[in-house]
Amino acid sequence: MNVTGNAVKFGDNIDTDVILPGKYLVLIDPHDLAKHAMEGLDPDFPAKAKKGIVVVGGKNFGCGSSREQAPLALKYSGVKCVLAESFARIFFRNAINIGLPVIECKGISAAVDNGDHITVDFEAGTIQDVTNGKSFQVAKLPSFILEILADGGLIEYLRRSMKK
Amino acid sequence: MNITEKILAKASGKTTVKPGEIVDGNVDVIMVHDLTGPLAVEAFKKIGVPKVWDNKKVVVILDHQIPAESVTAAELHKTMRKFARDQQLQIYDIGKGGICHQVMPEKGHVLPGTVIVGADSHTCTYGAFGAFATGIGSTEAAAVFATGKIWLKVPEAIRINVEGQFQRYVTPKDLILHVIGKLGAGGAIYKSAEFRGPTIRDMSIAGRMTLCNMTVEMGAKNGIVEPDEKTRQFLEGRTTKMLPSFETLLSDPDAKYEKTEDIDITDLTPQIAYPSSVDNVKPASEMSNITVEQAFIGSCTNGRIEDLRLAAEIMKGKQVKDGVRTLIIPASQEVYMQALKEGLIEIFTNAGALVCGSTCGPCLGGHIGLLAPGETCVSTSNRNFIGRMGSKEANVYLASPATVAASALTGKITDPQQMEAKK
Repeated sequence: MNVTGNAVKFGDNIDTDVILPGKYLVLIDPHDLAKHAMEGLDPDFPAKAKKGIVVVGGKNFGCGSSREQAPLALKYSGVKCVLAESFARIFFRNAINIGLPVIECKGISAAVDNGDHITVDFEAGTIQDVTNGKSFQVAKLPSFILEILADGGLIEYLRRSMKK
Repeated sequence: MNITEKILAKASGKTTVKPGEIVDGNVDVIMVHDLTGPLAVEAFKKIGVPKVWDNKKVVVILDHQIPAESVTAAELHKTMRKFARDQQLQIYDIGKGGICHQVMPEKGHVLPGTVIVGADSHTCTYGAFGAFATGIGSTEAAAVFATGKIWLKVPEAIRINVEGQFQRYVTPKDLILHVIGKLGAGGAIYKSAEFRGPTIRDMSIAGRMTLCNMTVEMGAKNGIVEPDEKTRQFLEGRTTKMLPSFETLLSDPDAKYEKTEDIDITDLTPQIAYPSSVDNVKPASEMSNITVEQAFIGSCTNGRIEDLRLAAEIMKGKQVKDGVRTLIIPASQEVYMQALKEGLIEIFTNAGALVCGSTCGPCLGGHIGLLAPGETCVSTSNRNFIGRMGSKEANVYLASPATVAASALTGKITDPQQMEAKK
């Protein structure tokens, strides 16, 4: 599985309240959630994400509330993958469970500039900044997590595995 | 092994586990609420399993947007009521429970040595009772509904040893803010935070809940305190289940910890987390002239009877400053009734504060008491993120019930110790 997209960068400790403010938690349709993705920090984010982007974050990305609506809003706004120095654990699990790829990559935020063209190869565990030529080798995700992502999320994975 | 490792070993049918190991654990109880439950219900339907794995182990609590403030919220509540009825689940509806993390232990759903997951990040509160408890998302909750299991990486543990006695008007909230300030918002990511030492042994269950509740604000997977006589007393009359021997749960003398933090609270003073990060912590005494438009005492962090008593002690016979909207929200109906019996509701109402029915309320900016641009709130809740309590141009300062009560009276963020010294 591979993804490509231009980088949109954020800093450290990006919490799920800025990714998707609490007042929108009553929305059920993920496309409605997507209209408010990152509203706390950048109201223009949904327009930028539409083309299909790679979010590059700092430390502790996705901290705070367990709201799964946060990764859902990112995914449906056009985010193909989130790369960060580190993730808050609930966000990390939620993202995988809804089929949004997330990879921890030390040094990524200093190496990548806004707008750089990024390619990610999940099986190989490689990340490339095509714009500046820098590349990273990261710890590969466990195979069952890659399977969940390939299936598009935990529910599809469970449906498939419970049929066996 | 430490207590967290012992619980995860037992839950996964192993004799020992090590940090980093991934285990498939049996879940003892799962909780969802009105904002995370509907997504879980939808995901559960997609899995295609007709019934939850064990209807006695799934708890539904309506607490975030209650009573429904919009038609959309009313629909979400309806979804949860129907699911609870169809699946024959225990549901705590409006007026019957309160904030999920208060109701779960009050109603006997939290027992030492168990594995509890909840579709809410503050599920880690239940570690105060010697349970392994952690937050999960809605889709994962649906998977637990179907299977009764969850994969977990056994966490490294940080031991937080606390000694010394609290000064007057210094509380467990000040201690946990101090700890988060020291370790940082990402200081315990994926880790277990185990509180130990003489101060913790002397601490009330309410105080232990405040500590464990906020461990997620430093990224921890769980917070935990070994169960003891206080735990047993709290649980008496709340559960008919056999309690495990607490001896078997205690961390071994040779248990491994990634690191140990030794904290002496003798000189600890009231602490404040400045906007807009929970680790942005400074002593309240260094505060200069910060005017507040709203003061909030409540939430799963500080809405318990002990918190209300402390606030009432400071507010009794006084008036909240004009221009400060003061909201008091008991964490549960049980807490509300106790506050009523003790005359606390009367004290707050006479002081010009508004006592609301038990709900998460303004903590998450969904319902009741939102902030306008440019406004400032001093709050006993757990998060001060941008936009958390309404407008993204509003500021939230986190503090103890004593500090918030003192600030409501003066109209400025006020160190309760200094206010008393001036009397």
